[in-house]
Amino acid sequence: MCRAAVFQLDASYRAVGASPPPELGSARLAPREETRRDPWEELPFGAPAGAWRLLARLRPSGVRRSRMWRSPLRGPWLTSVFGAVLLVTLPLVTITGLLSYIAYGPQFGQAFPREVGWLRLPAFDWPTSPAWLYVLNQGTHVILGLVLIPVVLAKLWSVVPKLLEWPPARSPAKVLERLALLLLVGGVLFEIVTGVLNIQYDYVFGFSFYTAHYFGAWVFIAGFVVHVALKIPRMLAALRSRSPRSVLRTTRAETRPEPLDSTGLVAAEPAAPTMSRRGALGLVGAGSLLLGVLSIGQVVGGPARRAALLLPRGRSYGSGPNDFQVNRTAEAAGIDPADTEESWRLVLRSRNGTSRFFRGELLGMPQHTATLPIACVEGWATTQRWTGVRLRELAVLAGVPEPTWARVSSIETVGAFRAATLQSNQVLDPDALLALRVNDVDLALDHGYPARVIVPALPGVHNTKWVRDIEFGSD
Amino acid sequence: MRVLLRRFSRAYGAAPHQPLLVLGAFALTAYVVVLLVPDSSFTRMLVWFLAAVVLHDLVLFPVYAGADRLLRAGARRGRTAVGWVNHVRVPVLGSALLLLVFLPGIIRQGEFTYYAATGQTQQPFLGRWLLLTAAMFALSALWYLVRVMRSRHLGVGRDGN
Repeated sequence: MCRAAVFQLDASYRAVGASPPPELGSARLAPREETRRDPWEELPFGAPAGAWRLLARLRPSGVRRSRMWRSPLRGPWLTSVFGAVLLVTLPLVTITGLLSYIAYGPQFGQAFPREVGWLRLPAFDWPTSPAWLYVLNQGTHVILGLVLIPVVLAKLWSVVPKLLEWPPARSPAKVLERLALLLLVGGVLFEIVTGVLNIQYDYVFGFSFYTAHYFGAWVFIAGFVVHVALKIPRMLAALRSRSPRSVLRTTRAETRPEPLDSTGLVAAEPAAPTMSRRGALGLVGAGSLLLGVLSIGQVVGGPARRAALLLPRGRSYGSGPNDFQVNRTAEAAGIDPADTEESWRLVLRSRNGTSRFFRGELLGMPQHTATLPIACVEGWATTQRWTGVRLRELAVLAGVPEPTWARVSSIETVGAFRAATLQSNQVLDPDALLALRVNDVDLALDHGYPARVIVPALPGVHNTKWVRDIEFGSD
Repeated sequence: MRVLLRRFSRAYGAAPHQPLLVLGAFALTAYVVVLLVPDSSFTRMLVWFLAAVVLHDLVLFPVYAGADRLLRAGARRGRTAVGWVNHVRVPVLGSALLLLVFLPGIIRQGEFTYYAATGQTQQPFLGRWLLLTAAMFALSALWYLVRVMRSRHLGVGRDGN
């Protein structure tokens, strides 16, 4: 079998027009008989050994590792490179995701899902400075998540022989480990799929995105921690097995399979390479770069926005002062324009009572202008120049100069985000506004006319539009 | 004690910390399931979770691996002085990646929620994806042409990366 394998390899080299590497020449066939032994096949069986051995013998016909997996690139080194990249980056995606949950204000019951049992995150007052904090958080979460898709797919490609290996397990330990892998692979794919659909407003899955994405993350975390803890020694050893520099210097013709080992990743009968290892790494990197270039524009905005060709937030609305990204149109929110005209009053409430202001009165108060981003959980942002009354001055007007919270409600009666509670620091920040104007003109109806909240570093949907009343509390 | 542990490891198939970690992960997952069971769409979530794995392992992977096998078979038959396999692979993979990630916009799925959120339609995405695909193929073909010219010029031309 081994001899045949070598000849076959030799033949496939010629078939793709390459000369076989010298080490496969017939002169060295004899010692290779020894080295082509497959250490994976010789792994020991756990208890009960008889049962595992029997299972191994019951191999379905067709499930032959050597025949199914021929790529000469697969091996522990390549898998470990992808693994190392994901080891560093996936925690960043996870942590920014969890931070976003906290940014929504779980202490006010306005982070979704609301009921999380013991999976409650430590709540702290989300800062208002720097103003771009939420842009950075969500930009990292979404863009990095997108950029990692090719790496995740490549990692799965590199380990796919393990999926159909026979026997599927040789010990109780292996059974448990494989089940834990389901959490990891299922978790990461589920998070990618739900996330990718959500940023494109496609809710085909029919369940709450927030609930699924939050709990899916915990399942992923469970699988990830186990996998990292169990595989880190092997990853480090595999990474040390060859220098990146030598890989980057190796052309396709010089590319050799990694030594056959007990990981079961290396092809037992490798085909001739059609791509070098550096080529494969470059291909994955290019895929990531492609997704990065096509999505970063919706975070940084400006002229770069146009590069986000395939995402919702890469599109232009025009060049007027109100022509920037709309999050939920007035039409979708069921806003009756008549309710925003002369009859509109801003209602301020507190324990001291209620007061009402019409828009002209608000415009007559000291106006403050701040350049602030609206940053959405979906990883897009738009920075504009807002003008209006400081929230802290409204708090003084309501007789609560040191509020611990403020509840802002909208004219809107249907949406999940028709009201939001702000923390003390979010009311008192000098740039936290009840904006009446944007870029020196009145707000457009789609942007919240007659008045909207804009607070530095606050998740986009909590910048309530079409504000009807604000209640200040100090309890 | 040490002998006992070693015996356990041999029979079980891994060091004793392995089951602790794995069972910990299962416990956390079980807790998530307990929290989610009352949710009316729990079954849906479970189906999507499992479908994500099944669709990747048993549909997406076999499809792209099979396509690649066909491509390589074609390359063996239609052999040229300068290998062209990767000049097909790269733009196909690029285009497929974009299709996979941006499918909702390209096929105009979720039109209603998209319009409600943005006030716009998904009209341009299919065309843009096709143009991007065309651009990737064109660049790849151009690069191939350069390689062919160069190999003619230098009289060599075998490596394909």
